[in-house]
Parts: sequence; structure tokens; C-alpha cells
Amino acid sequence: MENNSLDPRVNRLHLSDAASLVIVNDGENWNVYEVFHQEKRGAHHEHVGCVHAPSPQLALVFAKEQFGRRKKCVNIWVVRSVDILAFEVEDEDMFANNLDKTYRDASGFKVMEKINKYKAQQREEK
Amino acid sequence: MYGGGYIFDEPNRRQLKDEQQHDDPEKLLEFEARITSGAKIEPGDWMPVEYRRQLTRLIEQHAHSEVMGALPEGTWITRAPGFKRKLALIAKVQDEVGHGQLLYNAAETLGKRRETMINDLLSGKSKYSNVFNYPAETWADVTVIGFLIDAAAIVNQVANAKGSYGPYCRALERICYEESFHLKQGHDAFIELATGTKMQRDMVQDALNRWWQPIMHFFGPPDKNSVHSEKLMQWKVKMASNDDMRNQFLDAYVPKIWELGMTLPDANLQKNSEGRWGYSDPDWDLFFKVINGDGPCNSERIKVRKWAEESGRWVRQALMNSANAKVLPVA
Repeated sequence: MENNSLDPRVNRLHLSDAASLVIVNDGENWNVYEVFHQEKRGAHHEHVGCVHAPSPQLALVFAKEQFGRRKKCVNIWVVRSVDILAFEVEDEDMFANNLDKTYRDASGFKVMEKINKYKAQQREEK
Repeated sequence: MYGGGYIFDEPNRRQLKDEQQHDDPEKLLEFEARITSGAKIEPGDWMPVEYRRQLTRLIEQHAHSEVMGALPEGTWITRAPGFKRKLALIAKVQDEVGHGQLLYNAAETLGKRRETMINDLLSGKSKYSNVFNYPAETWADVTVIGFLIDAAAIVNQVANAKGSYGPYCRALERICYEESFHLKQGHDAFIELATGTKMQRDMVQDALNRWWQPIMHFFGPPDKNSVHSEKLMQWKVKMASNDDMRNQFLDAYVPKIWELGMTLPDANLQKNSEGRWGYSDPDWDLFFKVINGDGPCNSERIKVRKWAEESGRWVRQALMNSANAKVLPVA
């Protein structure tokens, strides 16, 4: 077939046959790092995704390219995915009673009710 | 850009039926109830074998499409007319490759290694969107790709972003945000030609004529021929049928082409009284022929991808040897 390709890689290089074998070895694409970015100074770092990198330093470089090329970003953290310790997703139910702990919430204490009751009582006594 | 509606499946998929039957029926019920309630599935969750397999294929093919889609466009960076168009095209191509990375990561959470996915792409075992097996012959082709193929991809990706698998949805959210720039710059470049000189208008008309069929192919075969859609839709792997997505695309974009006085090479293309678009069936035999390797550019694309993999290997290996220095905790 005549090659009308506009791609200089096709026109000028002697590319190996499409049928030839190229194997990428396991681990050749390096390790996975989790990426956390900070939108402005003082804000929390937020998880935004992952990159593959051979070292933490390069993970930072790749993370900047991947997650810091648009919008505001002032800082990035990376951490090896294997170093993240997390609860099993299945154990979600251990957080279930959080919402019942009204004694941990401001809304769990009804001071106005008590004040109003006291004031009403005072008025009656007069 | 470029997840199409069609997910290639190997013909021997029935072999997995036995394995599928081993899914714990109780867990399956719980899983389906969770999806129906609108909750997301996360990597550590129990999931049916078939859900994992279909999602892996879907996300992997989407990732390959992003990377392969950058090849015909990347070729045009040096030829793009003017500095602003070059900058925009460089940014777009970088985005597409970045989308590939995001999607490979999402696919990896399902257990398939990235190296295996790349090997499957290079050997032809896994597929990518058919549209990239066609040549981008002129600058007008690049504007048609940037405008219409990105638009088609957005229809599909916006739908998929509401799917059930958390990592895929999160990747798509970011992708859709960046795609809106791709679509806008494509539309802008398209309009510039379509409102330009006669020669420019002829060029863009010619590109439309050549790309219309691949674009109609983009969402995959008609619903009446779709085999395994029902379960995938219940599991929210597939969010809309091929015909529905195609209709949505035609509804939004055909008027934008017609308003510029451009035509599309299908005399039967029109909206009926119920709001559905009618069109001539594109050549579906050709569609399958191209998927199976016989398109105008299949061999060229794989060759270039292999060359990139081989030529980049020394860089990956050189970096690999750097010692991981100990660092202080960040916080």
C-alpha cells in the first residue's frame, strides 16, 4: 500500500512492522504515587489522582504536569500508593452511628429553650 | 477525548459464563441494590466478575483511544496555521495523553497492570476508537476532529461520568472539564474556515464529507444489534444506548453545521416530528472491518505507538536506577 501518511515518524523513520513484537516488561512503567494538590496557601491539600513515576522527585514533576497545568495550584504532595493505609471499604458501617452522637454537636444543646422557660417562669412569679 | 459508545468484546466471551455464575447471589443482590440507590462502587468493594471484566475493557479501551487519538492530531502541530492554533493544539494533545494516564490509573484499580494494557494494545488484542484509524489529511480535518469528534466524545463521557464506578467517574469529571476547551477551540477553528474564503469553505466541506461516516460509526452499532447492553445499563457501566447518544449528538451539532451553510453527505438526515433524527445507516460492515485491523491507518498507528514504546525505553530504564533518597515527613 502506498504510504501517504502525513506523519513524519512514518515517512522518515524505518518503523518496525506492525506485526512485530514489542513487549513492555512488568514494572517498566514504574510505581504509582497518589497526588494531593493545594489550590491556595492555607487550604488543605486535596487528593486529585495518581501518577506513575520511578522516584518521589519525578512523581512531583509528573504530578505538576498532570494536575497543575490549569487553574490555581500553589503546592503538590505525592506519596507512594503502597504507603497509604486505609480502612477496608467494607467496614464502612463502623462510622454509622456518628450522626447519633448529638452530644458532640452544637445542635445537641438547646440553651434557648432553657432560657425561655426560665424567663417565662420568672414572669409568672411576678 | 474519545470514548466511543462501542466496547469491543472478544468473540469467545461466553467462556466466562461459568465464572460469572460463581458470583455469590447474596452479594450480587447487595451490589445491585447499592447501584440502584445511586451509590458508587469503589476498588475495594465486592463486584461481579463480569462487572470487573466489562469495566476493565471499557476504561482500558477509552485510555488507548486517548493516546492513539493524539497521533493524528500531534502530526499537525508543526503545520497548524498560526502561533495561537499551534499552542492550542499542543495543549490539547498534552491533555489527551494526560487523559490516557488518568484512565490507565482508573483501569489499574480493577486489577489489570498498566504494562499488560500497553502490551495488549501493541499486539492488537485491545482496541481503541475506530475514528483514529482514518487519516487527518488537511487542516480542515483537524478542525472537524476537534469540533465534532470531541463533541461526540463529550456526549458519551458526560453520560459515563454518572456511572457506578467511582475511579472512572472521578477521572471523567476532570476529562470533561478539559474537553470543553477542546470542543471550543475546535469549533472556533471550524468556524474560521467555514466563514472564510471559498477555498477554505471547500476544504472544510470536503473534510466533513470524508469524516461523516466515521462520526456516525462513533457511537457504535444500532441498538437493535446490541447484544449485552441490558445488564451493563442496569449496572451503570453503560449509561445510554448507542442510538440515544447518537441522537443526542445529532440534535446538538447538526444545526451548528447547517447554520454555517455547510452540508452533510446524507440526504436522509432530518429530524422527524417526534424529535428523533433519521439518517441512512452507515456501512456497518466497514466499521467491523476497520476494528479488526483493516482501516486505512491501523497499521501506521500501531507502528508509531511501538516506535514510541521502544524509543522511550532507555529513558524509562535510566530513570529507574535513581536511588530513592529518604525524605522528611511533610506534615
